[in-house]
Amino acid sequence: MTLPLLEVVDLVKHYKATGLFARDAPPVRAVEGVSFAVSRGETLGLVGESGCGKTTVGRTLLRLQEATSGSVRFEGADLLALDPAALRQVRRRLQIIFQDPYSSLNPRRTIGQAVAEGLEIHRLAPPREIPARVAALLEEVGLDPSHAERYPHEFSGGQRQRIGIARALAVEPTFIVCDEPVSALDVSVQAQVLNLLADLQARRGLSYLFIAHDLAVVRQIARRTAVMYLGRIVEIGPTDDVLSRPRHPYTRALLSAVPEPDPTTKRVRIVLPGDPPSPSNPPPGCPFHPRCFHPLKDARCSVERPLLRTIGPVEVACHYAETPP
Amino acid sequence: MTPLLEVQDLRISFPTAGTRVSAVDGVSFTLERGEMLAVVGESGCGKSLTSLALLRLIPHPGRIEPGAVIRLDGQDVMALDEAGLRRIRGRRIGMIFQDPMTSLNPVFTVAAQIGESIRAHRKLRRAETRARALDLLREVGLPDPEARLDQYPHQLSGGMRQRVMIAIALASEPEILVADEPTTALDVTVQAQILEVLDRLRVARGMAVLLITHDLGIVAGRADRVAVMYAGRLVEEAPTPELFVHPSHPYTRGLLASVPRLSGPVTRLTPIAGTVPLPAAWPSGCRFHPRCPEVLPRCPTDDPPALGVGPGHQARCWLVEGSRP
Repeated sequence: MTLPLLEVVDLVKHYKATGLFARDAPPVRAVEGVSFAVSRGETLGLVGESGCGKTTVGRTLLRLQEATSGSVRFEGADLLALDPAALRQVRRRLQIIFQDPYSSLNPRRTIGQAVAEGLEIHRLAPPREIPARVAALLEEVGLDPSHAERYPHEFSGGQRQRIGIARALAVEPTFIVCDEPVSALDVSVQAQVLNLLADLQARRGLSYLFIAHDLAVVRQIARRTAVMYLGRIVEIGPTDDVLSRPRHPYTRALLSAVPEPDPTTKRVRIVLPGDPPSPSNPPPGCPFHPRCFHPLKDARCSVERPLLRTIGPVEVACHYAETPP
Repeated sequence: MTPLLEVQDLRISFPTAGTRVSAVDGVSFTLERGEMLAVVGESGCGKSLTSLALLRLIPHPGRIEPGAVIRLDGQDVMALDEAGLRRIRGRRIGMIFQDPMTSLNPVFTVAAQIGESIRAHRKLRRAETRARALDLLREVGLPDPEARLDQYPHQLSGGMRQRVMIAIALASEPEILVADEPTTALDVTVQAQILEVLDRLRVARGMAVLLITHDLGIVAGRADRVAVMYAGRLVEEAPTPELFVHPSHPYTRGLLASVPRLSGPVTRLTPIAGTVPLPAAWPSGCRFHPRCPEVLPRCPTDDPPALGVGPGHQARCWLVEGSRP
């Protein structure tokens, strides 16, 4: 196996509490020691519910937020240790697309200007070649190149997501963090964008960290999947294995909760009690134990936090992963 | 027997540049006692406006066009004055929305807000009102209900807020609960909890539910019937299992093919080409014809009526005519 393109080791991000009583409040433990690697041309899906820390992982990789500790190796360099000038060079190879591209587009600039911005900043093309490059990028993401003169409000949600993708592609990245890129889109348009991301990956050999809450979407696009709960990865492995034979009770519950548009698939619905606990006050022991339904759950689970360990093709953080529920 | 709710030829129009544009254009359906009807469609199809029209809550300057019939248990809702509407709104027809935070008052406790709804329905003493509020919170499965009574909305999670909203809607013992995307803002495990509450209440109280959603997945295995809306029209209606097994409108088939699945082989998604048109630019003839993969020569000019496919199953598509013996 070749060296991974991106390797994250023991990433931690704590937020200081803010507000009136901040001094006494514990920090929000958004990410608590996350490790994973992504190879060239590969997609790793990162799934979990809101507040599990998946978006924070994506943002700390690009240093849009500074990590508390840990390391991120990308193309041989430790991203978290780079000075601003070196970081800017690396960021060209490491891009991000967001759930709501509208909020990241300047309403007063045409989409041609928005896509050209990265080319200009990184001096990737002489000024006279920029219009042609922009046209080619718009075409590559399925937009009409003649629309370069239009403004963001003239486009639908799906088209704006295509603009966001064209912007990211402009600087010729090798790695793209996709943060819920299809969650805000209608289903018919969501399928168009998923197909586009798959095509671009095949054509350009891109690697994706695909952050999503929808397991079916992740299954569609990611060969490997990591499931996060309360700031930690609880299960990681090939998507087929994780989703067809979940070994962590949380993965199992998450899967059973996904509504499938097919009344003939009779699945056992597991309805988890309660809400995910607050990341500023995580439970001791296994973070999932207060909601866990595993028949073998015992006192050990509330005292000793299970570490990720290899079982068959996957890694699981559960004391009783050998006998999944 | 008269249906509990009957809607015929509902048209809702908004003024634009000298003319009026119909955002909902000739929608008819019925809802029986204790039944769950799901209205499914993408953004802008008119599904939410349709649900608001039941209570005559169309925002100004929109209006319901003359000729529409809305009957609640035989009573003509279109003929009611404000006082008459107040006797229906929230009392005989309750509503819950996608974002409970915007519907809850941030400066009143849970008990005060449920109490207001209880007292609008029945004159009870303070202690009785509180006891009734507690019963309702138990009924919707809010954890630790005694403590929650004196809390404010910001102290609750999204799932808990939606439970409180359901409790408020239930306080007046409505015959119909209109749930407009009730779980869209929630995580899947919490979504499963809320859907289960709705199911249970429907059985326990014999309450009819009109579920408005974009997600075919949450409809399967829950709703009795499904109505699919596209561009202001109801394009297909069928008993739920029938709709998934024999989708007869190409739009319904397109929606089903666009959704990534959790089971079966992963194949490339088949999106619907193009984007959802806006009300001012709705195509002539069948409104789906520019995006339809099975378009016939007559489709751009002849608007198909609702054609019978089978028992309780209709589709507005000329293909149905051709497939009948």
